[in-house]
Amino acid sequence: MACVAFAAGVSGMAETVLETAGLTMRFGGVVASDNVDFKLKAGELRCLIGPNGAGKSTFFKCITGLLTPTSGQVFMRGYETTGWNPHQVAGLGVGIKTQVPNLMDGLDVFENIWMAARRFLSMPDAMRKASEVIERLALGPIARTELGRLAHGERQRVELGLVVAADPWLVLLDEPAAGMSADDVERMSTIIREMTRTAAVVIVEHDMQFIRSIASTVTVFHQGAVLMEDHVDRVMADPTVRNVYLGKKA
Amino acid sequence: MATFWTKEVPATILVAALLIWIMPMIVGTFTLTVLVIYGMLGFSLGLIWGFGGILCFGQAAFFGLGAYTYAIAAINIGDSTIPMLLAILVPAAFAALLGAMMFYGRLTDVYLGVITLVVTLILFKFISSTAGPEYVIGKARLGGFNGIPGFQTLNVPGRPNDYIYGDPYFYFCAILLIIVYLLVSWLLKSSFGRVAIGIRENEVRVALMGYDVSARKTVLFSIGAAIAGLAGALFANWGEIVTPNLFSLGQSAEIIIWCIVGGLGTRIGPIVGAAGLAYLKFLLGQQSMIDNTLLTGIILVLFVLFLPKGLVPAIGSLWKVSFGRRRRFPRHGVRRLRGRSVGHG
Ligand SMILES: Nc1ncnc2c1ncn2[C@@H]1O[C@H](COP(=O)(O)OP(=O)(O)OP(=O)(O)O)[C@@H](O)[C@H]1O
Ligand SMILES: [Mg+2]
Repeated sequence: MACVAFAAGVSGMAETVLETAGLTMRFGGVVASDNVDFKLKAGELRCLIGPNGAGKSTFFKCITGLLTPTSGQVFMRGYETTGWNPHQVAGLGVGIKTQVPNLMDGLDVFENIWMAARRFLSMPDAMRKASEVIERLALGPIARTELGRLAHGERQRVELGLVVAADPWLVLLDEPAAGMSADDVERMSTIIREMTRTAAVVIVEHDMQFIRSIASTVTVFHQGAVLMEDHVDRVMADPTVRNVYLGKKA
Repeated sequence: MATFWTKEVPATILVAALLIWIMPMIVGTFTLTVLVIYGMLGFSLGLIWGFGGILCFGQAAFFGLGAYTYAIAAINIGDSTIPMLLAILVPAAFAALLGAMMFYGRLTDVYLGVITLVVTLILFKFISSTAGPEYVIGKARLGGFNGIPGFQTLNVPGRPNDYIYGDPYFYFCAILLIIVYLLVSWLLKSSFGRVAIGIRENEVRVALMGYDVSARKTVLFSIGAAIAGLAGALFANWGEIVTPNLFSLGQSAEIIIWCIVGGLGTRIGPIVGAAGLAYLKFLLGQQSMIDNTLLTGIILVLFVLFLPKGLVPAIGSLWKVSFGRRRRFPRHGVRRLRGRSVGHG
């Protein structure tokens, strides 16, 4: 099964930038990720949805190396990255935002973004890049403010800035719009649309309005497995999806 | 980085030169020398703990290792130059091995503390048990609890009979401390140092940016051990004997207290804490009314309760309040309402 998927992955390598084959993650008795086959093409924008505990974050963590999957494989641009460390995955050019905010609270906005840029650029280029990203994300007025002093929406934006600063070709965002005001969400979707010009993007999101606004293919997770994968409109019209997900929300 | 060479380096050298000139008028150079050495030892932990977030309960192990390496090498080689270098390299290499084991093993902070503590204990036990004549390295007998006396002390490179001792030795140690201080300052301003501070702030984030956190922590840990080793060699020269007490847990605990009292996350704090507390200990050693350990304990508790950030940061903020221009932190944009909870997991 996994072998077949791998072979398919190799043949479609020119296009597929991210693929998982039979990805499974067990925590004791809980199967948080259940035999997930997933494929993402270059330049694609994909949303992952699913009720709380569906295994979206676990799936992300297995891809980014924060967790080592119990079984199954992960491929990125022709590398098998199963079991890699997060820094190796990120070093390939993968931008990652975790669900729980991960920022350097004691450092200011500039330093945070500079550090992300410095990983791939020389000192002067990183300085330039950081200033550029700060301007692009309208972070100028708070550039010298410590992260710990910022409001939640600003922090989310900075974390997106960290991702942007590294010029990734694959972006994985776990609930980037969570807890943000309508203004912030709108700014966020603009930034994400910009990202898709140079990267394939996967977003975990609950906010249907947000998903509609960036109109994309949606993969629905349910109890660790993929329930359905289709365009957002068809997914939302689907009675099974409504039942497991939307029904609960309403 | 630009102001580092034009402002910070000259200012540091100026202040240090003043201190080196004035302090001998107040305290004898023999005592001052050991205060400088302890300052360097405190500084070594201040670097890895205050800037790298690595709490090491065994900094004394590297101190002792540096001292013993020096003593053993000096007995075997004669001239002090190579022993001094070995006293830096051996602890650094040892720390690199130990650090790689701990950091690549992705141990949590608690286990890191436990392991460094246990390593110190083992070294202490081992060195203490080497009284027998079978424990020899080259010409040097380890000597168990009595330690190693009578090794070649510091000399002018290439001239084993020109000893550096007394006042010149104080200046030698003080200048070394300044050099180490400036090198570390430069390191902290470099990309490596800034990323190290990032690791202290959030290890996961730095890894997710693509930096090899384990490798970087290992390097920083090793640099800290090199500085502690240098301090150990200087201490060996000062005392002209090395004993297992250098490795003791008491010594390790003291280094941690120096850092807390002086101010973690500052460069000068651990130096001030070390020299200050060591001097206090020296003064108290001359009387028998107040117990030394008790007082150190009381000082620690008072600091943790009332000045948790330590002496230097406290003085710094006092300075800012009374002399500095009032800096306001503008809050751009009103704190927005948190629309929804941040999710789960
Ligand atoms: N480290 C862990 N140990 C044990 N169980 C875990 C762990 N991480 C996740 N789980 C379980 O795995 C399941 C999937 O969790 P996951 O965080 O992936 O869900 P999610 O889809 O991201 O949910 P949410 O929308 O709330 O973020 C849940 O039942 C969760 O309790
Ligand atoms: Mg989640």
